[in-house]
Amino acid sequence: MLAKRIIPCLDIKDGRTVKGVNFVNLRDAGDPVELGAAYSEKGADELVFLDITATHEKRKTMSELARSIARHLNIPFTIGGGITSIDDADAMLAAGADKVSINSAAVRRPGLIDELALNFGNQFVVLAVDARQIDGEWIVHLNGGRIATEIRLFDWVKEAESRGAGEILFTSMDHDGTKAGFALEATAHISELLSIPVIASGGAGNMEHFYDVFTAGKADAGLAASIFHFNEIAIPDLKGYLKEKNVVVR
Amino acid sequence: MTLVVGKRVAMIAVIDYNAGNVQSVLFALERLGAPAILTGDHAQIRAAEKVIFPGVGEASTTMHFLRERGLDEVIKSLTQPTLGICVGMQLLCAHSEENDTPCLGVIPQRVKKFVPVNGEKVPHMGWNSLSRCADEIFTPELSGEYVYYVHSYYVEEGPYTSALSEYTLPFSAGLHKDNFYATQFHVEKSGKVGEMILRNFLSL
Repeated sequence: MLAKRIIPCLDIKDGRTVKGVNFVNLRDAGDPVELGAAYSEKGADELVFLDITATHEKRKTMSELARSIARHLNIPFTIGGGITSIDDADAMLAAGADKVSINSAAVRRPGLIDELALNFGNQFVVLAVDARQIDGEWIVHLNGGRIATEIRLFDWVKEAESRGAGEILFTSMDHDGTKAGFALEATAHISELLSIPVIASGGAGNMEHFYDVFTAGKADAGLAASIFHFNEIAIPDLKGYLKEKNVVVR
Repeated sequence: MTLVVGKRVAMIAVIDYNAGNVQSVLFALERLGAPAILTGDHAQIRAAEKVIFPGVGEASTTMHFLRERGLDEVIKSLTQPTLGICVGMQLLCAHSEENDTPCLGVIPQRVKKFVPVNGEKVPHMGWNSLSRCADEIFTPELSGEYVYYVHSYYVEEGPYTSALSEYTLPFSAGLHKDNFYATQFHVEKSGKVGEMILRNFLSL
């Protein structure tokens, strides 16, 4: 049986993980590779690295990071943050990244999805989308949720799929940081609308939230950051809990 | 580069044919202490003690590329242990439904596209479990373990199936005929289980 995936997300700035990380037994919790390896050891199914560095040298530092992760980790990972062209994506693939995630750049220029899918295959392209509800309608937001667009979430993910996205990473800005659970209805709607996998993000606060997003939310994977980083939920415990509730996990 | 396995000196060639993420395969071998050379050179491939034929990409384009470089004949004539990974496994078969592509025909099986029967998503992406593990690289204790897949096409269960997984139907997680071994999943990205399977191949 295909297992539901648990994905920790690491934010990287200047080659170091940001957001405090409260891991014991880690020599250097700020080292993305060491932290990634620790998650892999604990049973994480995949990792997402988001590089939030803003420099002219970004492509070079990101590809060095991807190379270092690929060299040391034996599970798949996605890298994102500022990928806006085929050349950016090609550098990540050459470095050993399994997938790239694109977000605002794809909204600004949807053809980027087609270009990446055509050159590297659909499986390489994760379309990340941040959205929140405005007057009862889910609306796509840019730049980490700060800028509203006029694009409806469900239209956008459908278009992204038809252009060649291989996976959707949906973050509800309404739920992100609340620890009150994922956006179940919107996630389920995307999952039913599309025939590609959906990663749910935003709102995880306890283990039950993951159960909910895999059942009522119909998500293929659940992503979270701080609850894993601060060890509020240990991945082995989460997997044990889900197994007991008959959710298939690795 | 060479690696001492037991008392022999082994050399592993990873076939370079411009298809996707070969770097991950090289890194996985490096982690196992088995550095390899990435090469499209016929003589180097023929001389290697083991050959790895990785693959990410589309079947017809990839077959075209192999034929242009004469690598199709090289692969077919290999007699040392050879491991096809993902699309590499599919290309070892006789024919792929992906753009109706005649493949290498080393293993007489056909490659088909997944058809969802109950709303399943295609590609089949993520960790799935192995069953009926039945050869030297799929040792019996690997049944029940999870490996990482990303694919839309599959090989049906058949006489050369060396392990099974299930997605819409039971399909070949692995194939084995003579000196040719293959994994449909990404053995290089399948955690400790993948490392064990790779190690089993390296110690053939």
